[in-house]
Amino acid sequence: MRHDYIDRYARIDSPVHRLPAALKLGVAFALVVSTAAVPISAVPYFVSCVLFLLFVMIAGRLPAAFVGVRLLTLEPVAAGVALLSLMQHDGLFVLVRILVKSNICLLAMVLLSNTTPFADVLAVLRTLRFPPLLITVLALMYRYVFLLIDQSERMARARRSRTFSGRRARRWKTAAGIVGHLFIRSTERAERIYSAMTARGWR
Amino acid sequence: MHIPDGFLDLKTAAATGALSAAALGVSLRRLNGSLPRRKVPLMGLAGAFVFAAQMVNFPVAGGTSGHLIGGVLVAALLGPAAGVVVITAVLIIQSLLFTDGGIVALGANVFNMGVIGSAGGYAIYRGVRLIFRNESGRLLALMVAAWGSTVIAAACCAGELAWSGTVPWTLGFPAMTDLHMLIAVGEAVISALVFAAIAAARPDIVAEDPASAPVHEGRDLFLYGALIAIGIVLFISPFASRWPDGLESVASRLGFASAAVARPLVPSPFEGYTIPGLGSPVAATVIAGLAGTCIVFAGGLVLARILTRRSPR
Repeated sequence: MRHDYIDRYARIDSPVHRLPAALKLGVAFALVVSTAAVPISAVPYFVSCVLFLLFVMIAGRLPAAFVGVRLLTLEPVAAGVALLSLMQHDGLFVLVRILVKSNICLLAMVLLSNTTPFADVLAVLRTLRFPPLLITVLALMYRYVFLLIDQSERMARARRSRTFSGRRARRWKTAAGIVGHLFIRSTERAERIYSAMTARGWR
Repeated sequence: MHIPDGFLDLKTAAATGALSAAALGVSLRRLNGSLPRRKVPLMGLAGAFVFAAQMVNFPVAGGTSGHLIGGVLVAALLGPAAGVVVITAVLIIQSLLFTDGGIVALGANVFNMGVIGSAGGYAIYRGVRLIFRNESGRLLALMVAAWGSTVIAAACCAGELAWSGTVPWTLGFPAMTDLHMLIAVGEAVISALVFAAIAAARPDIVAEDPASAPVHEGRDLFLYGALIAIGIVLFISPFASRWPDGLESVASRLGFASAAVARPLVPSPFEGYTIPGLGSPVAATVIAGLAGTCIVFAGGLVLARILTRRSPR
């Protein structure tokens, strides 16, 4: 897996990237909250939101194709719930409301994660007095999640190259074996990380 | 079950956010008091593990596949407080970086998948363990807990969407619970298989050591249980009353509803779960339900005090 795929543009340079992370986080949060609060009849609000976000995208030198693909990945989820909402008496109205609001929020979050490195987001949360344990867990998770995904993919590839087919029950057992070993390796890795962290002065 | 932004209104987001923040606060306080420094990196790695494990495919049928959700498994391996914190961290990373689940909806997602899915599942796990104490009872308890917590979480999710006016309850509730009754079977089987695989390779990791069991676990589970009960009262009970219950519908069909006693033997404070003098029926149902929960909660507390005094450990 491409490790930097998700926030691939977080570390490029642009006027938006140079803005303080706290400002970007605050604006994104305010925009998402106000979008949830504003009624759908306030068309000027939603139009100005979209224009503002498109301006941020261009000023942040993010390719429109990349942002578009990231947006489309959510659509199946939205479509599923939207279909359910369509089956009430003002369903079309609810459908439009969901699609407009969810896409604006999604666009804001894609832009935030691709203009702000995650470490900077965590630094802002730390100054906001978020619980230190939660921040440590988030930082470690961001550091190691792609490593573990790679590790599980290597194990799955090794299994595929050694087995041909097999009954479904058998395949479930081997998949569960992979997940189980992933957990065991994670605990062993956590012990090594603890030694390395204390050796470098972590209290 | 990840609710994206734009699906919930502010009152639902605020209510779920408050419940989740309370549960997270309880969990973090417990961990700050009892978690050894040595175990802190394991928390981060457990979060990364849940994320990576969700990408391992379990073939179902016709090219579709399922995956582990992991809340109950993590709680069974590391404890309920760690389960809530780890699942919360996973959901924060998913919403900030992968835009899977929203920011405003984060409270709801943490409540459904972290508080119900992990701590609530752990409470079911402990409950079943009280009856089936042997080794295979652990796998059975894990399966019951994984199934039950997934279905309850789905029902709460439907309640939150209905409360926001996004999906009507009569549609969302059957759709969500029916679908998740099937998904939950997969979750139960996968959780048990993974747990068995860990137990076979490293029995020391899953060993139950009564000496190292958290001292205040019972009190924690009580707090989580109270938070979940408030959530169910808020998100599910306002809708439950719209369907007449079995007796009421039979009574109206056979025509003896009007013959029911007009003056009850014992006057009830909340007649039909509503409070007289309150305009909105939904608000009245919610307040009556909350009051009922508090009364049951207080009753349970008193009962627990009496019972524990009788048998000092």
